[in-house]
Amino acid sequence: MKPGRHGASTVRIGTGAGMADDRIYPGVKLLECGELDYLVCECLAERTIARETLNRKRAPEHGYTPMLEERVRAFMPLCREQGVRMVSNMGAANPLGAAHAIRREAEKVGVADVSCAAVVGDDVLERISAHPELRLLDGGAPLESLLPRLASANAYLGADIVRDALATGAEVVVTGRVADPSLFLGVALHHHGWSYDDLPMLAAGTIAGHLLECSVQVTGGYFADPGRKDVPDLANLGYPFADVTRDGRVTIGKTPGSGGRLDRMTCSEQALYEIHDPARYITPDCVMDLMQLRFREEAPDRVAVLDPRAHPRTDSYKVVVGYFDGYIGIGEIAYAGINAMARARLAGEVAEERFRIEGGVASELLVDLIGVSALHGDHGRAGERGEPYEVRLRVAGRCPDKRSADLLGDMVRQLNMQGPSAPGGPMNFGAKEIIAVNSVLIPRDWVRPEVVLVGGRS
Amino acid sequence: MSTRVYDLAHARSGDKGNTSNICVIAYSEALYPHLKSQLTAERFKAHYAGVVKGRVDRYEVDGLWALNFVAQDALGGGVSRSLCLDNYGKSLSARVLAFELEIPDSLAGDLKGL
Repeated sequence: MKPGRHGASTVRIGTGAGMADDRIYPGVKLLECGELDYLVCECLAERTIARETLNRKRAPEHGYTPMLEERVRAFMPLCREQGVRMVSNMGAANPLGAAHAIRREAEKVGVADVSCAAVVGDDVLERISAHPELRLLDGGAPLESLLPRLASANAYLGADIVRDALATGAEVVVTGRVADPSLFLGVALHHHGWSYDDLPMLAAGTIAGHLLECSVQVTGGYFADPGRKDVPDLANLGYPFADVTRDGRVTIGKTPGSGGRLDRMTCSEQALYEIHDPARYITPDCVMDLMQLRFREEAPDRVAVLDPRAHPRTDSYKVVVGYFDGYIGIGEIAYAGINAMARARLAGEVAEERFRIEGGVASELLVDLIGVSALHGDHGRAGERGEPYEVRLRVAGRCPDKRSADLLGDMVRQLNMQGPSAPGGPMNFGAKEIIAVNSVLIPRDWVRPEVVLVGGRS
Repeated sequence: MSTRVYDLAHARSGDKGNTSNICVIAYSEALYPHLKSQLTAERFKAHYAGVVKGRVDRYEVDGLWALNFVAQDALGGGVSRSLCLDNYGKSLSARVLAFELEIPDSLAGDLKGL
C-alpha cells in the first residue's frame, strides 16, 4: 500500500462535493492546495436515483448524475498528477455506465486510461417488488400501497464494498447508492487495513464522513449571521478534509488562505445535522453514539474530533424507494403600495376559483405571501395598518395530472391582466412531475454488492 | 433578565423524510442549563405552531451543550413532495431563536450582544 502524503500512519481525505450539484470550483481549489490522498464526492440527493432510473430507461448509457462529465474534466487532471484517488456515488442508477463516461471524459482532458471500479448491487427494485408486505418506514403502510407507482429501490450499501472496490487498485471508485459516511469510512478502512469489526475505528471513519459529507456545512457554509456568527470571506469558502490516523484519531481541516470558518461551533452544528437520536445514529456499518462527542480546536482551521463511539451494525439494509406522486404546479405574482395585501389575497382567491372553473384538480393547495422591496425600489416605506408595503403571492398545488398543475400556475400568471390592479412579476413555474421517496428495511442477505473493474493501466 | 434564545445559542435544521431536526447549541457551558430547563419539547412545539404538525422529541447532548429537537410532520409531506417554499426546512432553525426565556443577571456577560 502506497503511504499517504502525510506520513505512514495518516490518510487525508477531502470532500469534492457535498450534494448532486455542488459547486465544482472549491473542489478544484482543494485539490490544488490540499495535499489530499483521496477525494470523496457525495453527489446523490434522495430522489436523484429515482430520476436517473427513469433517464436510464430512455437512454441505457445514461442514468448517472448530470454533473459527472463536468466534474471529471475538472478534477481528473489534478487527481492523476498527484496520485489522488477519487471515490464517488455519482454512478447513481448506472455505475457501470458512469465508469465508461468517467474514462471517456478524462481522456478528453488528457488523462488516459483511467481504471474505474464500479460498485453495483444496490438496485433491489425487482427483489422488493416481490415483497408487498414490507412496511414503509414513513407512515407504516405496506409497500403494496406504492407498488403500482414504484420508480426505483436502492439499498444504502456500506463501507465494506467501497473498501473492496479500492482494493482493486482502481484510480476511481464509482458507486450507486452508498450511505454518505460510508464513502469516507471505506477509504479509511482500505488505507489503514482496519477490520470491519473494529468499532472504535468504525466510529472514527463514520464521524469523519458525517462531518465532511455536506462539504461547506462544516467550514462556514449554512452558518453566517452578520454581526452574530461572522464567516470570513464567505464567497471563497474552502471545502474540508479530514486527517484520519491509523489508531483512529480524526482532525478536520481546511486549507490555509481559504475562506470560511472551522471551529467547535461549525463542527457542532454539522455533527447534529440530520440526526435524530444522537445515541443511535444508524449507518450500514455501525450504530453511532454521539453522546460523548467533543471538539477541540487545535489550531486555526484544525479541529480534533474526540470520543465518537460505535456499536455493532444492525441486521438490515435500509432501502430508499422512489415512487411517482403526481405533479406540483406553482405560480407567483406580486403587489406593492397601499392595500397590497388585500389585492394579493383577492388575486389568490380569483386564481383558485378560475382553476376550478376550468376543470383543474388539486388535492392540496397552498397560498403563501412573500416580499420586501422588489417592485418599487428600496424606498424604506412601511406599509399601512401594520401590513407589509409589498407582498408576493405564491400558489402551489398538488395535482393528479400534468394539465391541472400547469393550469394552476397559468391562472396565477394570467392575473397580470385579469386580476387586481398594479401587479408585478407574473410567473408560471410549470408542472413538475414528482418522484417522492420512502424507505423499507430488508435483510442483509437480500443484497449482493459487487465490484466491476473497468479499464486499467497497461 | 429577559432574553431570547438568539442571545444564548445558535441553531441548525436538517431533514429526513417528513421530519425536521433542529439542534440548538448554547454559546457557553454556563448558558446551557438555562436553555435546557426552559426550552422544553412542549414549548418548542407550541412555538412552531402551524409549522410542526406532529410530535416533538427532545434529545440532550450535554457534551456539545446542545438540545436536538426532532419534529415530525414538519416538511409538508417530505422534501421530495412538499408544496412549501422551504421544502428542505433549512429556514426553520431561525424561528426557535426568537423564543423568550429568563437568565440570571450574572450571566449577562455570556450573552452574544449584536
